[in-house]
Parts: sequence; C-alpha cells; structure tokens
Amino acid sequence: MRDVELKMKERAAALLKSGEVARVIGWKKGEFYFDPSPASFETEEELSEFVYNGFCGANLSKYLIAASKKPGKTAVFLKPCDTYSFNQLVKEHRVARENILVIGVECQGKLDIEKIRRKGVTGVTEVEEEKDGVEVTSLYGTDKFPREEILLEKCLCCKGKKFMVADETIVLHEMPETKNDRFAGVEKLEKMTAEERFAFWQKELSKCIRCNACRNVCPACSCVKCVFDNPASGIAAKANDTSFEEQMFHIIRAFHVAGRCTDCGECSRVCPQHIPLHLLNRKFIKDMDTLYGEFQAGETADGKTPLTEYTEGDAEPKDAFKAEGQNA
Amino acid sequence: MLKIAKEKLGGLYGEISASMPLWLPVKKAGEVNYAPYKEDAEVSLETLKTVKSPKDLFFPQSEEMMRFKTEGKNIEIIDVRTEKQPFVLFGVKGCDFRAFDVLDNVFLDEPVDTYYKERREAATVVTLACSRPEESCFCKVFGIDATAPGGDVTTWLDEKYLYWQPNTRKGEALTEKVKGLFEEGGESEVEAQREKTKEIVDKLPFSALNLSRFKPENLNELFDLPVWQSLSEACLGCGACTFVCPTCQCFDIRDFRTNDGIIRFRCWDSCMYSDFTQMAAANSRTTQMQRYRQRFMHKLVYYPARYNGVYSCVGCGRCVNKCPQHLNIVKVVKTIGGEKHD
Repeated sequence: MRDVELKMKERAAALLKSGEVARVIGWKKGEFYFDPSPASFETEEELSEFVYNGFCGANLSKYLIAASKKPGKTAVFLKPCDTYSFNQLVKEHRVARENILVIGVECQGKLDIEKIRRKGVTGVTEVEEEKDGVEVTSLYGTDKFPREEILLEKCLCCKGKKFMVADETIVLHEMPETKNDRFAGVEKLEKMTAEERFAFWQKELSKCIRCNACRNVCPACSCVKCVFDNPASGIAAKANDTSFEEQMFHIIRAFHVAGRCTDCGECSRVCPQHIPLHLLNRKFIKDMDTLYGEFQAGETADGKTPLTEYTEGDAEPKDAFKAEGQNA
Repeated sequence: MLKIAKEKLGGLYGEISASMPLWLPVKKAGEVNYAPYKEDAEVSLETLKTVKSPKDLFFPQSEEMMRFKTEGKNIEIIDVRTEKQPFVLFGVKGCDFRAFDVLDNVFLDEPVDTYYKERREAATVVTLACSRPEESCFCKVFGIDATAPGGDVTTWLDEKYLYWQPNTRKGEALTEKVKGLFEEGGESEVEAQREKTKEIVDKLPFSALNLSRFKPENLNELFDLPVWQSLSEACLGCGACTFVCPTCQCFDIRDFRTNDGIIRFRCWDSCMYSDFTQMAAANSRTTQMQRYRQRFMHKLVYYPARYNGVYSCVGCGRCVNKCPQHLNIVKVVKTIGGEKHD
C-alpha cells in the first residue's frame, strides 16, 4: 500500500507543479495511523501530510460539489466505489465534470477501527498493515487480525474493482473481489413478521441522536438547504415528538435518495450509534431491482433511472404493495 | 471503604431502583448509553465511554418546559415539570463528572436555570474510577484525576469487586439504604489499581497537550488565524461532536403547536448547524469555518474568559472517536496551541 501512496503523492505533486490543477483532494494524516481526514492540497509542501492507507474509507466525491465551483481544476482520488457517487453527482448537475480530474486509485477494502475496538482491543495507538491482515498495538498489548474481520461494513459487499469513471488510474496490485450477497441483511428483515421488524427498527432508530452525520456525509443528500434545516418548513424539528420520531427522518431520507443512492455505505460508516442505515437503502434498491429490473445508480453519468422514467411495463401499485408490508 | 462482589451488583441495582430511578450505562442494540435500570437491562460498567455523556440527565437533549392552551384572549399555562423527582446516576467517569462543573457555571449563574438546578439537586451521583483509559483520553490535561473522580459516592471496579466510598451527606444517605449488601474493606486493592491506572494515564498520547496559547488575552489573534480554514475544510457540518460532548451547552427553545394546545420545548442546538445563531435579520455565522471556529474558541477561549480560566473541555475524547472525518479538538490544540503538528 505504501507504494500506492507514493505514486499518488508523486502524481499530485506533478499536477500541482505543472499548474494543471489548482488543488488535489485526498487524505491527510491524523493523530494516529487509523484516523486520516479528507483534505485539499494546494501546494507541493502541503503534500508532506498526504496519506493513503487502509483507513481511507471516506468517500471524497461530495467535496467536489464545493471544489468544482472554485477557480481552476480539481484533481480527486476516487476508489472504485466512490466513482459511482461521482457519476451520480455529475448526472444531477451538482458537480461540473469538466472542472474535475478523476484519478482512480486502487483499493484493497477499507478497514474499520471500530471493529477492532469491538473485539475488545481498546487504547489502539498503532496499526501496521500487512498483506492479509493487520497488527494492532494498543496500550494493553498487541493483536493480529485478518483483514476480512475488520473491513468496513460497506466493504463487505464491495461493488468490484471497476472504475465507473476515471481520467487516469493508479493500480499497482490486484484488487480483491467480494463474494458476499449484499441483500442478505435485507432478506433477513423481510423474513421477520411486521411486529418483529418494527421492534428491530424501533430499537435501532431510537438510538438516533439527530446529529445528521448520515445526511451530511451522503453524496445523494446534496440539497442546498435540507427541509429539516429550514425553520420555515414547519418540520425543522431538532427535538423528537415521540421516542420513535427518528423513524420519520430516516425513512423520509431513504425515500428521498431512492433511485439515486449508490449504496456507498457512508451513512452507516459515520453513525455515532452504529445504526445499520444502509439496510433501509438496500431495501429500496432490492425492491426497485425486482419491480423495474436491475439498476445500479451511478454506473453512468447520464440516462434515465427507474424512478424518473415512465414505461408501460412499470409495476402497478397493487403489484408493488401487499398488505403484509412485503414488497414484491 | 465498602465492597460488594461483582455478581451481587444486580441486587444492588435492584435495591436502589426500588426506591428511585437508577440511571446507569446500559447496552441497547449494540451501543452503551445511560438508561434507567430494569431487571432485564444489560448493564455495562466496563464500557469506558458511553456514546452520549450523562449530561442528558440534567440537561436533556429535548425537554418539555410547559404547555399552554389559548381560548380567545385567555391563555392557560399548564405546569408539566417533574425535575424534583430524586434519582441516582451511577457509573459517571471523572471527565463526565467534571463536565457537570462546566455546565453548573453556565446554568447556575444568574439568572439561574431552575430546570437544570432542580435536577442537579434531585440527583445522587455515584462516580466510577477509570482503570483502562484509551488512546483518545486526555482528562489529565485538565487536571482531572480519573482514578478518584469524586461525586456523592466514588466507586472502583476490578475483576472481583466494586469498591464504594461515600463522600457527601447524599452519598451517605444512599449508602445507608444499601449497606446490608456490602462488606468492609478494599483500601489496598483500590490504591494498587489507582497507581497502575496513573502509570497508563501518564503514557497516553495526548496527556501532554500544550494549551498555553489559549488564553483570553490572545482572543483576537487566535480568532484571525488563517489556519481555521484548513482545519475546518473537511467538516461536514453535522452535530456528532456537539451531541456526544459532555460540556456543549447550547440550546434552542421553540413552541410546537399540537391539536391540543402548544408545547414549549427546549432542545440541544449545535454550533455546527447552518441555522445556529439565525436571527430575524440574518445569521452572524454564514460559513462552516466560522461555525467550526466558534466551537473551539468557545471551549478554549471564550468560556475561560468568562469563568476564571476554566476550559470547557474535559478531555473525554468522544469527539476524537466520533467525528466522521476525524477532525477534533486535539488537532486544533496541536495546530494552534503551541505544539507543532508533525
């Protein structure tokens, strides 16, 4: 991975030096190995803090909404899954494609420090990445974990190694392909009775603290002013009406991004209470696949989507809805 | 000092909660937060950091302040207050306990916030010493001793026992009620644990943060630093840091019209949000950089200027763990506070 980081850094330096781009969006080192932050680099000197490692899970595409409005071109490093979000943002006219240089970068699956903590390894100060696993040094000892045990939730159902869009790529090693079924979690919920499912979501969603991290990180949530932030909307509730009002926020949000959500998994990655929000989005994706034929948002930057196109073969509401709440 | 075997803790919780609500760290859907004790509650005293801090118990995320009904020109105010009900708050760590002092300065200052004050008075706080600090902890920077957190009762937990030391009259009153469950002893075990924990605290990566530049006389200089721009550039403007923070104290009061009258409620606000400090004419902070700067200037400069040099951060490290993009107060302190970001 170090060689990939080096190549990226070299390319970023060359682009900034030649003036081809005004800024490069990538990741900057944090206090530890496992906490890099998204960052914009405008000079070669700033690149001394540039980093690319197994913990660069953040999807940088949403930062391009602001960057593409700035003078000069912006280069951005996108992992294969991030390129879907980029296409979707271009399709929705949120990002000006001509102002962006997309550099696709290799990804071996990104890691989740929280999964390490959940294994009881707390006080982690260092992580050393090896080919198949990581060595973790904490205040209380050292441990080793295979990569697949500590992958981010979103990486368990990787969309593959293909870049949907890239002006150039930096890929030095073979990228792994996942064999997991991304709808397994949804199917488990579908098999529950309505009461069980309600209890599941009530338990999960009542943890919500309305911090809006899921919404703010979401590339599909690109409204200039969200209705929930607008005091004039009458529903800009910072407080909950009942202990389960959060369901309204999350379900409305899932409806709003339906057909546009690429399943990038950032919502679940950032939730401070670890609510499995991706399951809501995947339910919509699964139902759309069943009712309208398979579709993956962000595969292209143009064309119609199932919910923005009318065809005579479209499912009728009576086919889509069954009284038990079981779709399709 | 008293002690009780770990396997008997269920009995202790039962005994306390029989006479008044007992709030303690409980695991629900995988996450540990403060919740009222019930027999089937999955209590987790071993969890070092609850997701939300216990400040909710005194300053709830959302609370109903009053209700009104209007008929013609008449207005009827309905009292819905319940804050005087006594309760026990159990398992509070040193950082979170110090955070109550930070909140006290604000809410007990004139004009006194009676909602907050009555809850503070109604509470018996039982603290729990830390024995396994984490890399994100830096309470030592603020002079907090995590191994002797204080409160009405201080407790320590090891593999076998919970040790119990009442400190105040309220603490003694609570001890009196549950004394039958305890046996005497534990001084040497507690001392040994404290020594061991202090050794770890000294080695923590953020234990030597340098805050020397954050002082009221540097207010203008710090406010104008260009580096706020790059420090805040990845900020999503979500409220995760402010809502998990034990000392954040900003709130909003609004009226909510129901079919049956009006509810006036108070809820937490976040300086990260775009409508924070929105006033009739305009908003005094229009960019995320300004809002981001507000959060840290408030904690490290404005608050100390108002309250005798006390910082309104207690080093709990929750923002370090929870920021989606790994921005946090440590980065701000390292970049601005003196120690150079290497």
